[in-house]
Amino acid sequence: MQLALEAVSHQYGQLEVLSNVDLQVMEGEIVCVVGPSGCGKSTLLRLAGGLEQPSQGDVLLKGESAPGVLNPLTYVFQDFALLPWRTVSENIELVLDHHQLTQSEKSDIVADVLLRTNLSDFKGAWPRQLSGGMRQRVGIARALAVRPEIWLMDEPLSALDSQTRELLMDDLVELWTRTPFSALYVTHNLAEATRLGHKIVLLTGRPGCVRSVTNIDIPLNERAASGAALEDIRQDIWEQMREQAARADREMRHV
Amino acid sequence: MSDPTSRPVPFRGGGFAHRPVKGAAVFVFLFLLLAWEWGTRTGVISNIALPAPSEVVTALSDLIETGMLWKHWSTSMWRLLGGWTSGTMAGIAVGVIIGLWSLPRSGLYPLVSALFPIPKIALLPLFVVWFGIGEGSKLATIAFGTFFPTVIATIGGVDAVDRNLIRMAQAFNIPYTRIVRDVILPGAMPAILSGMRISASIAMVLLVAAEMIGAEFGVGAYILMAGALFAIDQLIAGVVILSVTGLSVAWVIGQVEKRLLAWRS
Repeated sequence: MQLALEAVSHQYGQLEVLSNVDLQVMEGEIVCVVGPSGCGKSTLLRLAGGLEQPSQGDVLLKGESAPGVLNPLTYVFQDFALLPWRTVSENIELVLDHHQLTQSEKSDIVADVLLRTNLSDFKGAWPRQLSGGMRQRVGIARALAVRPEIWLMDEPLSALDSQTRELLMDDLVELWTRTPFSALYVTHNLAEATRLGHKIVLLTGRPGCVRSVTNIDIPLNERAASGAALEDIRQDIWEQMREQAARADREMRHV
Repeated sequence: MSDPTSRPVPFRGGGFAHRPVKGAAVFVFLFLLLAWEWGTRTGVISNIALPAPSEVVTALSDLIETGMLWKHWSTSMWRLLGGWTSGTMAGIAVGVIIGLWSLPRSGLYPLVSALFPIPKIALLPLFVVWFGIGEGSKLATIAFGTFFPTVIATIGGVDAVDRNLIRMAQAFNIPYTRIVRDVILPGAMPAILSGMRISASIAMVLLVAAEMIGAEFGVGAYILMAGALFAIDQLIAGVVILSVTGLSVAWVIGQVEKRLLAWRS
């Protein structure tokens, strides 16, 4: 299945946050959206997942849904959004409870996703007992549980320290290598974007519109070793962003 | 290292931290009791104004022997439980409704805010007229008095639930009723429980007040009667019963909190 944003514009009252954005996420492709703060990245993601409706334009799903998909468009949140009063496995069960599944099917799914995210030993832990990295692993496990077709990732690693971020990037690359998934990945971190993105979409400052699209052909699992080539791409995108980022930094907040 | 100018950085971070001092509370308690006993025996404290603790103990054991302690206490507890349970349950329900939906919020929140600050004791005579001098007025006073703080606490709890958690639940297509049950209610639970703590102490106050009008049994009635007969030892025995009951109620709520809020630490 593919996700397409066609000529999407969005306003909050007088404030235009997105202007005429065209964007496509193809099957098995990770599209990273980068841009200065306040360029409407998070709004874009909310529009993509149906949590908000665009003022103009269309957000479309194309193609047949694969069987067994419980929640085609699934978010991974920056602040993890785990229920603090539920243990790790209960947090995952939360998103399965309203589906027509038997108790044993549910337990199988929970056990499977915990295994894939190396969390099996932590299934009874409270979220407060886990480090930020582990909490986001729970977030990823929860997303895996509903077998999404397209992942919507809202700065999933931004709340983590840089070492943990490296570890989780490795985890994501490994997950993708085993079973490729499609993702719309919003971040302000160019290192993340060049490490995980097949396509990097650069948005300009407010109102956000697509400034450039960069394709990276290096396979995800070879990127850790190909630092120099990625560094060039990073530099190139940063040069395009620089002026906008400086302007965004000086801007007063309106929200 | 033998630099004559070298000196340790002065420590400035002390103070302001508590540590538990074992036995301090027991010491204060016993000291006051002994001073009181000594004062009444030597005549420093007039026996008419304040009987000795030993006399209070005698009054208490009389109460136990005659079976009147159980009679008064159980009558009071039924009123307390009945009034408090109905008041808080209704309060939680109304609080959730106001917390969730815009129409009830706009329509009812101002009304609740207007009725909340009325001292409910002032309404006791009105309830006597409405519900009769018997159990009805007593239960209604306690229920009414505990209802409003519970509503306010519950609304606060529902409002304080992290919006990101609700958005997460919506993003996973979790149905509305399940979001209320699995996200909003547990998220509001800490506020609801601290509201229960407050409403339980309000219920105790209203219980005693209500039992001072037209009640034959009950701790409040017992205290009033003792006061009328100038039996200060019995009066204080009644106060001791209230104190112990209040502590027990607080302890029970503490246990419930411990169980329901284990996730907090």
